[in-house]
Amino acid sequence: MSLTQPVSVPAAVTTKLSVEHVSMVFERDGKSTHVLNDINLEVGDGEFVCLLGPSGCGKSTLLNAMAGFLSPTTGEIKVSGEVVRKPDPRRIFVFQERGVFPWLTVEGNIGFGLSKLPRAEREQRIAHYVKMVGLEGFEKTYPQELSGGMKQRLEVARALAVNPDMLLLDEPFGALDSITRLIMRGELLRIWEAERKTIVFVTHDIDEAVQLADRVVVMSARPAIIQQIVNIDIAHPRDISSPRYLELRDGIFQQIGLAHKV
Amino acid sequence: MNSLSEPRKWERFFWPILASALLLALWYYSVRWTGTKVFPSPREVGKGMGELLRHHVLWRDIVDSLRRVAAGFGAAVVLGVPLGLTLGWYPAANQVVNPVMQILRPISPIAWIPVAIIFFGVGDRAAMFLIFLGAFFPIVVACVSGVSNVPSVFRRAGRNFGLTAPQLLAKVLLPAALPQILMGLRIALGIAWLVVVAAEMIAVDSGLGYLVIDSRNSGKRYDLVVAAILMIGVIGLVLDLAFRRLEKLRSVRWGFRFES
Amino acid sequence: MADEHAARTNIRVQLRPIAFIAVLLVLWSIGIRREPSHLLPGPWGVVGGIADLVRHGLLLKYVVASLFRVTWGFVLAVVLAIPLGLAVGWYRRAEMALNPILQILRPISPLAWIPIAILWFGVGDLAAIFLIFVGCFFPLMLTAINAVQSIPAVYVNAGRNFGLSSAALVYRVLYPAVVPNLIVGLRITLGIAWLVVVAAEMIAVSSGLGFLIIDARNAGNRYDLVLAGMLIIGVIGLLLDMGMRSLEKVKSFRWGYSED
Repeated sequence: MSLTQPVSVPAAVTTKLSVEHVSMVFERDGKSTHVLNDINLEVGDGEFVCLLGPSGCGKSTLLNAMAGFLSPTTGEIKVSGEVVRKPDPRRIFVFQERGVFPWLTVEGNIGFGLSKLPRAEREQRIAHYVKMVGLEGFEKTYPQELSGGMKQRLEVARALAVNPDMLLLDEPFGALDSITRLIMRGELLRIWEAERKTIVFVTHDIDEAVQLADRVVVMSARPAIIQQIVNIDIAHPRDISSPRYLELRDGIFQQIGLAHKV
Repeated sequence: MNSLSEPRKWERFFWPILASALLLALWYYSVRWTGTKVFPSPREVGKGMGELLRHHVLWRDIVDSLRRVAAGFGAAVVLGVPLGLTLGWYPAANQVVNPVMQILRPISPIAWIPVAIIFFGVGDRAAMFLIFLGAFFPIVVACVSGVSNVPSVFRRAGRNFGLTAPQLLAKVLLPAALPQILMGLRIALGIAWLVVVAAEMIAVDSGLGYLVIDSRNSGKRYDLVVAAILMIGVIGLVLDLAFRRLEKLRSVRWGFRFES
Repeated sequence: MADEHAARTNIRVQLRPIAFIAVLLVLWSIGIRREPSHLLPGPWGVVGGIADLVRHGLLLKYVVASLFRVTWGFVLAVVLAIPLGLAVGWYRRAEMALNPILQILRPISPLAWIPIAILWFGVGDLAAIFLIFVGCFFPLMLTAINAVQSIPAVYVNAGRNFGLSSAALVYRVLYPAVVPNLIVGLRITLGIAWLVVVAAEMIAVSSGLGFLIIDARNAGNRYDLVLAGMLIIGVIGLLLDMGMRSLEKVKSFRWGYSED
């Protein structure tokens, strides 16, 4: 059987995000760098999609364009049918590192996007998300006193607190040690199953992608095109030594052109 | 973090020239409209500058000021750097000396003028002493914090390779602390330049500071005053740029990754 | 037992700086006796000088006069330079336009402005305040420009992501992000202000600690008062510095100082 799946989402699911013929060219000092080349992608409502590719291939650029921080040179990105033109609290970006505000406490960070709510409701929401990401007892702590994993959980909590439709995560666990990274993946899946947000997750780690995503979008080196989209048809919780898991993972390894031996 | 997109090439020259032209115009017209007889217009300052250059006064004064700065700052470097390195190397010694330094440091170097005059009389050496004082304390402080901020991994790695204490100082601590030390030296040089002008106004009768105060006192030649002030700014800028060049050398640049 | 021992060593370590100061004072008294002119006072002479100043009510009067000028000059500079610097730092083209002018005006010793200050404001408080203002304005403006430009883009992007308006972005992201850098700049600049006021008072006014020093020397070589004045200048400078440093310890600012 072929691993390759169609670009569009299954008919039963409504499309949340669609990327249509997006290309991206950066002009700098008279040189132009072609980063993205005619990207087409649809992500369904509540779907968990991983963008996978080698470092510097432009997957972060694509994510930034989805968030509205960058606008594509040609093509369009639509969320719920609306063209993305600027950042919006309905889709929150979780940065690769140090996106939490160091001048605010844990509470202050989680409450950052909630200033319009009445006080009681705000406090209740903060408490809810503090608990969800397991930061009880650290409400008054400043980020510099937290570990890397706690900071990352804090940023996810800050994002969830404003109740966005979508989370855009840019290699969120890249700077963590491998044990913390495993725990964080479990946490993220738990949160995703509880809240059913649409998630687009950028990573260069093949195992991470196969463990987390419904579909893995494999991108090539620059200028990036979508090489392949892999459906991960394993139910959660996934057994990472099952034959199907290994088969899917090895397929991607081959696709990227890596010999799967150390 | 800046707001807008990358500026185009022509803008690099256009905006600075525009702003400078506006400033000169503002100066010119405020002199004309207020009808002041004393404060010079830009053109008069230009003429004054030419006059100073023709009579070679300016060169002599510049050389005098620079000589004093070189001597005072040089002495501060020669004494301050080894002292600072030693104190940074032996924290116990630093604890002993620190309170005295903390009291002496905030005394304005200018306040030492009467004492300098007793020690050295009115003249070059008094001015050099004041510059020395102004530069000495910042240099020592920069060296102490430079050495004590060297990550302990570097020290351990050095010891691991069997370096003796002097080797460790010369091959590990000094290069590791160099970026911070150079930054301290640059700030100290700025202070030296500030102090020399003040010292020359009070304690000697040559140099750019003297030129400023003398042009005023002997005949209210404010065109010369402003010309001399601008000259002080330009030379200070050149000194600062020269030092920044030094900081950009490849072998010291690693420490400045957070600047740029 | 071990505790007692540790406590005793601890006290001994804490006594060392005091012993060092005592040694310096003894050396000072011996040195004075050998000095031929007998102009300089010993430590007791300085204590006597301070007592004299207190008796005549001059100490408080002069301290207040100096602090008054520093406060006004510094506060004016803060109020004008920081908002201006933040705006200029944010708009890249404004920064390009003003940078050359700032670079030339900054290294001019504030004291070189004395003739101009006297021309515009006469001899008195206003001239001194103007000099302090000039001395603080440029360093503060450069600090503010630098602070804005070194805000990590992540914070600005995160703020925009949460749908903040421009005003909210300034108030809730840009402002807290620059505060730590600004506080360091404010501390250094306050040190400059303290240096300038002493010099300005020596030349341009007839009260304050700088005036005390120059006047005590000129009117009768009262070097005990000169040194008393210097000591007081040092102590107040130290207190100002410590006050600003305590701001750096505030928790929500402290993140800015522990890069890596």
